[in-house]
Amino acid sequence: MTAYPYLKIDHVDKSFTRGSTETEVLKDITLSIEKSEYVSIIGHSGCGKSTLLNLVAGLLPVSAGCVLLENKEVNDPGPDRAVVFQNHSLLPWLTVYNNVRLAVDKVFSGTKSRQERHDWTMHNLELVQMGHAKDKRPAEISGGMKQRVGLARALSMEPKVLLLDEPFGALDALTRAHLQDSVMAIHGKLGNTVLMITHDVDEAVLLSDRIVMMTNGPAARIGEVLDVPLLRPRKRLALAADPTYLKCRQRVLEFLYERHHFVEAA
Amino acid sequence: MNMPLRKTETAMVLPASAAKVFPLPAAKRGTFASRTMARVRDVAAKLIPPIVMIGLLLIVWQILCSKPGATLPSPSKIWTEAYDLIVDPFFVAGPQDIGLGWRVLTSLQRVAIGYGLAGVIGILLGTLVGQSVWAMRGLDPIFQILRTISPLAWLPISLAAFRDSQPSAIFVIFITAVWPIIINTAVGIRNIPSDYRNVAAVLRLNHLEFFVKIMVPSAAPYIFTGLRIGIGLSWLAIVAAEMLTGGVGIGFFIWDAWNSSRLSDIVVALVYIGGVGFILDRIVAGVATIVTRGTAAN
Repeated sequence: MTAYPYLKIDHVDKSFTRGSTETEVLKDITLSIEKSEYVSIIGHSGCGKSTLLNLVAGLLPVSAGCVLLENKEVNDPGPDRAVVFQNHSLLPWLTVYNNVRLAVDKVFSGTKSRQERHDWTMHNLELVQMGHAKDKRPAEISGGMKQRVGLARALSMEPKVLLLDEPFGALDALTRAHLQDSVMAIHGKLGNTVLMITHDVDEAVLLSDRIVMMTNGPAARIGEVLDVPLLRPRKRLALAADPTYLKCRQRVLEFLYERHHFVEAA
Repeated sequence: MNMPLRKTETAMVLPASAAKVFPLPAAKRGTFASRTMARVRDVAAKLIPPIVMIGLLLIVWQILCSKPGATLPSPSKIWTEAYDLIVDPFFVAGPQDIGLGWRVLTSLQRVAIGYGLAGVIGILLGTLVGQSVWAMRGLDPIFQILRTISPLAWLPISLAAFRDSQPSAIFVIFITAVWPIIINTAVGIRNIPSDYRNVAAVLRLNHLEFFVKIMVPSAAPYIFTGLRIGIGLSWLAIVAAEMLTGGVGIGFFIWDAWNSSRLSDIVVALVYIGGVGFILDRIVAGVATIVTRGTAAN
């Protein structure tokens, strides 16, 4: 184990300035994530969890503090912190295959041959079970499938940290469960370091090693960090009656609905 | 039983095994005969109504213009008077006595050059204006003023500048077609969803890659709207410009026919102009559907 954490969010503040008014969104966020750890950030809508993810992704600049990946400061977006966006963000004019291939070509242009890049694209599509739809366009596949392709695109970049921005938020409950199982299986197989934004308590407990609970904004802080000491691989059905699972779930619910009840109309 | 509990139960009954994704089924195809029949019916449904309407219009026209003292020629009179123009678009009987096909081609050549320039410069300028806030602030007011100027008002200026009718006509086409292309391209670029920009940022696409792989395909539907308006305006402007500049071309032919009181020839020329304008529009629209397939639907 190295002396420094794999990913460190170090005393980060974020405020947005619009004209003369300054809105403080995040205040003094410090969080360390180890390699292969699966960390979820949960909080009420509008608390700035997506902003935090965008800061780590480099899509937004921090106002103060810094984000360190392997002890190096990151300011710009890059394929080492691949994002799976909430609304899939596939390019509609490209086929499923080409959406992933675009990322593969960009990231591995110097290190993999043409054939290797093709194989790697197909490998990642197969990983999310989307190899059969490689020639479809995003408009021709379902929402869950699009999210799978988005996941394949992010995985294909071999990111150091995989950032999931409410990846299952727009899906129905059944599709969401299937995708959660897929993500768990992939995480078990590849050991990715994952930072996931979610507003679903069950999802957070089921998937995460640690759950970061955020207080309500403005100037949201980390309210509590909960360890989920459940062994992997986790089985959805077996966990349903597991006392540890229920206790974790209870803790998150208490945090969200008692101590930091959402006051504004949602 | 309260709501949150029920939600957990839904989650519990789901299978714990890895989810399977079922392959998409291939679309079913009918037999060859049934497909052909369907296509014939489709084409007939599209063709019959306009043919009937054109027939009715011709009959009304014939009745209205058959009276003695009618100022405009009737269809039957046009047929007899302008028979050679109608049946053979590509005859050559002398330096100034050539078929309308040749004249249309000369006009089309001018349009091709002027419109081609307008397309290239319009897309580039539109990209600049769409990308840069400062370019937009500086250039947009100028564009908004210049675009309202009638194409023909540019003609004296361009004649003075180029001292020749051919480049002047081309310039008029250019200046007519370029504005809608600039403005629509700029709107298209400005409307690129921030999601696509984020994807490009995460992938670290450079400026050229971003332009080719994200910007152009994403803005393509807008760009083609501009190109379609542009080709229509070009074709409107060339006829007017040629009337004034002279030489060979469908516009000058109309002016010449008017001066020699050949009204039937003018009507035939109008049909040509309309037909060619329609075909030009369909060509650009056709290219647009091929290039932008998938882009509009998300």
